This record gives sequence, C-alpha cells and structure tokens, in this order.
Amino acid sequence: MSTPETTTDTAAPAEEAAGHGDLTVGVQGASGTGEATASATRITPGNALRPEDIALAVSRGTAKPSEDAAELALRLGDDALILAQRLGHWISRAPELEEDIALGNIALDQLGHARSFLSYAGGLDGRSEDDLAYFRREHEFRSVSLFEQPNGDFAVTIARQFVVSYYQFELYRRLADSTDATLAGIAAKAVKEVDYHRDHSAQWVLRLAHGTDESRARMIHGFQVIWPYVEELFRDDELTGRLSAAGVAVQPSSLRADFDRLTGEVLAEAELEVPQVQPAPGGGRRGLHSEHLGYVLAEMQVLAREFPGASW
Amino acid sequence: MASQTLQSVPAEPSPARHEMSPEDAARRDAEGQAYFDKVMAEDSRIEPRDWMPPAYRKTLLRQISQHAHSEIIGMQPEANWISRAPSLKRKAILMAKVQDEAGHGLYLYSAAETLGQPRDAMMQDLMSGKAKYSSIFNYPARTWADMGAIGWMVDGAAIANQVPLCRASFGPYGRAMVRVCKEESFHQRQGFEILLELSHGTPEQKQMAQDAVNRWYAPALMMFGPPDDDSPNSKQSMAWNIKRFSNDELRNRFVGMMMEQVKVLGLTLPDKDIRFNEETKKWEHGPLDWEEFHEVIAGRGQCNAQRLERRREAHQNGAWVREAAAAYAKKQARKQAEKETAA
Amino acid sequence: MTTPEPHAGNVWPIWEVFVRSSRGLSHVHAGSLHAPDAAMALRNARDLYTRRNEGVSIWVVPADAIASSDPDAKGAFFESPQGKDYRHATYYTKSEGVKHL
Repeated sequence: MSTPETTTDTAAPAEEAAGHGDLTVGVQGASGTGEATASATRITPGNALRPEDIALAVSRGTAKPSEDAAELALRLGDDALILAQRLGHWISRAPELEEDIALGNIALDQLGHARSFLSYAGGLDGRSEDDLAYFRREHEFRSVSLFEQPNGDFAVTIARQFVVSYYQFELYRRLADSTDATLAGIAAKAVKEVDYHRDHSAQWVLRLAHGTDESRARMIHGFQVIWPYVEELFRDDELTGRLSAAGVAVQPSSLRADFDRLTGEVLAEAELEVPQVQPAPGGGRRGLHSEHLGYVLAEMQVLAREFPGASW
Repeated sequence: MASQTLQSVPAEPSPARHEMSPEDAARRDAEGQAYFDKVMAEDSRIEPRDWMPPAYRKTLLRQISQHAHSEIIGMQPEANWISRAPSLKRKAILMAKVQDEAGHGLYLYSAAETLGQPRDAMMQDLMSGKAKYSSIFNYPARTWADMGAIGWMVDGAAIANQVPLCRASFGPYGRAMVRVCKEESFHQRQGFEILLELSHGTPEQKQMAQDAVNRWYAPALMMFGPPDDDSPNSKQSMAWNIKRFSNDELRNRFVGMMMEQVKVLGLTLPDKDIRFNEETKKWEHGPLDWEEFHEVIAGRGQCNAQRLERRREAHQNGAWVREAAAAYAKKQARKQAEKETAA
Repeated sequence: MTTPEPHAGNVWPIWEVFVRSSRGLSHVHAGSLHAPDAAMALRNARDLYTRRNEGVSIWVVPADAIASSDPDAKGAFFESPQGKDYRHATYYTKSEGVKHL
C-alpha cells in the first residue's frame, strides 16, 4: 500500500508465477479451470479503527490528548506493549500448532491496542509510537508488574492472560464511554477483542484445572505465581482521581467487584481457590518496575537504538 | 477412525484388500489404474478416497509433509526477530507472517493426513530427523535485513514453486496451496519493502540489505531443487501432474524476476553470470554450489541441530497441555453420556 | 454436539471446518484442524480460518462423523441422472423466445 509504484512494477511481468499481487487471478489464468483453483473462502482487510488512523488524527491535530489523558494512554499502551512482547515469544513454541495461531492473534490484538494508545499519548509532545516504545528508558515506562511477568510454562501464561483479559475487559468496557473521544474509540475496538481473550483463557483454565493431575498442579502454581500482582491493577492514584472527576476514565478500584465476580465464576467452575498470597507493592505507574522489564526492553529496543533516527 | 472421512482416506478402500481374492484385487487395481490414467489424461483431480498407485501416494505424502515441515521449521528464523523488530509496525507484520506460516503448516499437514498419515506421526518423523524440510531454513537469519531477504527471495522462490502447485493433481494439496498462495501474497511484498526501506536508509542500512541479499541469493535459487539432469523424481512428478514445470524452468524464470526487482531496490545480485539468453529466451545464472546444498541436506548446515532441538523442545514442553485437554474432553464426554442415560 | 473419543494419549482428533462467508450464503468446507473438543475446535477454527475476515459463522464437525459415498461406486452411484435432460429448462426448445417463460 505504501509503495504502489514499485510493487506494481515488479508484479507487472506476465509470468503466471510472478503474480504475488492477486494470486488467485494468476492461478485461474494459468489453469483455465477457474472453479478448481478458486479458494473456498474470501479474504478482506475489514473495517475498523487502526493504529494508523489514530496517528493520522494526531498528526492532523484532530486528536489531541490532555496531559492526563496522555498519561493514561501511556499506562495502558505500555501494559499492552509489554504483554505483546511476552506473548510474541510463544509463536513457534506453543503446545500445539493451533495454539501458536491463537496466542499469535492475542499478541497481535494487544500490539494493536498498544500502538493506538501510544500514538495517542505521543500527541501530547509530537512523539511517535516508535519514539515512545524504543527510545524511552525503563523508568519512563508506565506498565504494571503483572504485564511484565515472564511467560513461565503454559499455565503461567494462561493465568496471566486470564487476569489481564478480565481486567482489561472491565476497563475498556467503561473507557468506551469516556469523554475523551479517541480513548473511547480505541477502547470500543479493544473491548471486543479482549472479550475473546477472556473466553480463550477461561477455556484453558477449565481444561488445565480439570485435565490431568499434572495440569491441575501447574494451573494452581500458575495462579500462585501471578496473583500477587493483581492488587496493583486496581489501585487508584492522583491521576486516576482527576481522570475520574473529568469523566475520562473510572477509578481502577471501581473495576474490582466485577473482576472478582466474573473471575470467581470461572475459578469456581474450575474448582480452584483464589490464591491466598500477599500482594506486591508494585510501582510501575510511577516508573518503579519489576526486575524483568529491563531485559524485555533491552531485547525490544536493541536494534532501533543501534540506528537512532533510521527509518524501517 | 478419523481416516474414514471426507478429508481422510483409509489406506485401503473398502472392502480391505486382504478380504479380497487375488483375482478381485487384481481387477480392482486394473480398474483403479485405468480410472487414474483417465484422470491424469484429462488433467482432472484425484481425491483422497480414489484409487491411486502406491508410488503416487508415497510421493505425495513425502512432498506434502516435507512442505508442511518447511513451513513449521521456517517459522523459527523469523520468529527470532519478532522481539527485536525495529518498529512496532514491523513487529506486527512479522508476527502476522510467522503466524501465517503456522497456519500454512496446518493446511498442509491436513492435506497430507487425507493420505492416511496422522499429523502426530509426521511430527515424530520431523523431530527424529527422519523427514526432510527445505534446507534454506538451516541458514541463520543474522540481521534485520534478513527479514527482508527472506520475504523477498525465499518467499518469492516459494511462491514461484507454489503457484503451479495450486493445480496439482491431488485435490487436497491443490486446495491447500490455493489458500497458502492467497495468504502469502503479502509475505513477499513486506520483505521487498523492508529491503526498499533499508536501501533508501543510511549507508549502514543499505550495506545490511546488500549483505543479506548476497547471503540468501544462492540458497534461494537452490530451493527449486537440483538441476533437471540430476533430479530423478521430477519426470514422474510431472507425469502425475503434481509438478507442472521443471526445477530449472522455475529457477530461470525466478532469476529473471529477481533481476528486474533488484533494480527497484537499488541493490545487486551476487552473480555476474546472470544473462538473458536470446536464443532460448530464458534467463541464465552462474554456477551454484550444489556440494553445499547436499551438505546442508545431510544435516551439516549452520542451524540444523538448533532448529530441530527448538521444535522438539516446544513439542515436549507442550505434551502435558495436550494430554490435559484430551483428558478433559474425555471426562466431559463421559459426564455428557451419564447425563443422557440418567434422563 | 458430541465430542469424539480422543485418540490414544494426547493426540487431538480431526475436525472439519465449514465457514459461512457472509449472510445468505451456505457454509462451505474450508479445511480441517485438530482440537481436543468441540468448544476448542470452534475457537481454533476462528483463529485459523477467519483471521482475514473470511466468515460470519463457523461449523465444526468431527471428521469421524462424516459419511461419504463410496469412491469405487462413482459409475453406478451417479449414473442415473445422466441423460435425463428433461430435468433441465434447456431441454424445452420450442418455448425458447417466449417472454417471461
């Protein structure tokens, strides 16, 4: 899409094998039996709010965040970005090929949300999503500990995803009514995707909890490992107080009851207890991160920082 | 048995061969062969439960499963760069691409399963080193530019190979390839655009792009397989309408395309002997190091051991998850049955 | 939907996937996949076969549950309709050219 002249040039020769543009046309032309080589289903790019649309609105000045809204966008963008970075690791390593694809879809959804939020956050001072992702230092990130937790085994990943998606669902559901139209738009798209993430993780919680003795032990362990970081998700602070007063976003603490109720239903069906663990103090919203984040950023940022200012 | 189905095929049509008298079996084979020959002559399609010559089945099973393995192993060199992609847009594109490759592996395994071989058995053959996959994936992806070169050249060569396979005489293979080709149309373009960005970037970026093109050029050309006079199985595959063009034919055509496209990139191909032969109207290229090709196939490539170990690790680490889900399904089915008998 | 008995050990059974590409059209066979049960088969089908907006509805069917006609009977099984042209409008040539017929 961005370089139509070059791609048309290269696709132009009439060799049927060259047709990487619309292959089905090339294929049918070559065989003469259109029916036999037509695909059973049709693909389309769809129609939804994309990160590029946010970036465009920001650059045109039609979307401009308040200082507080930008800080919120940074928080939510960083959460989603770090989680996408974590989940991306599973692609080519999942328990079964079908799950490579499922986790890939969730990672791509999260990355999309991250790009939208970061593009909007950057609207405050003209920084791009990539400036924010690749050229901030660790203490400038605003992610909370839960999202930074290592993948562990599949059960830990599922436990983390379960908590994340039930939290994000309640968060985005309300943010879709924000007085900030851009945040509302991003959240309205995201909440539908996160709804599926809830379902995916709940299905796995049930299967692992009621599967074999080993899987049950691992699932219990997964929740033990993850649960100390639940508390931080629902902590109010000065920023959320101001955002709540302005109708931009609700207080995180107000999400807790629904989160507890809905996760509780799944845990009950899985015959699992809510882990009795002490909450970790956290501090990511103020730039005080888990020890894990530094490694995540080192890997994510290494290439971009080797070539500052370069275009990719 | 899942092999009695729409997609899948029993190793023997019913009644099973061992239940038939030798005369009946011979008559069945003769009738089957006649029908098979007619399908080939009409350039029609063979479907899983049709009679087919054992060698045809074997060839297809080998080719389709190797193709599937190549997609699955081929995820690795690119997956290694997902975490380091230099922009979020590139990260998303690369994730979607590697994810597609898992999907393509799945489509192909499904096609192979219709020949009566379970996916699990194919996976075992891959992990034990018994089954082969495209040797290109045993080369390391050293820099970000390799993501461009792999997309442009490796996927380009794969597409050149795959488009004719959409018309392969075995229905499930052709249908899988149609889906794969449709989805891959973005893979080559994104690779091309990575290289285009790099070659218009800083001198270091351009050098990175040229270096990647230099390293991937020969392995990409070798993806089409050995030269025609050294490719004993090609002729039979063409007679069976599996292959539509010879290795050299496809390779030469590919070289011609690369020559045009590399100009747009502002880069060069590391081959001084590329020329268009006015007499044969075909592109020609310089000599390729087939000894290296055979070395890598024999397992002595840079990454052979690493790639297989990574696949084995993922499979083994996932065993308890697969078991858990299977056990859960069994328990649920039992509960359901109890409910039904109680009602 | 009954779930087929999983195969020995941890191998998940095969499911056939049918996708309705838009409202008003019938479901079409898109391909197959492995899943432990129907619920996961549907989700895997969603992730695998509709990630480019290919569908608005999905069916999954245990591959075991599909009965198919015998390939060896292709002659006998499908012979009867051959030659019965009178089932097709094109057979009735005398009425050709008559409006609204």
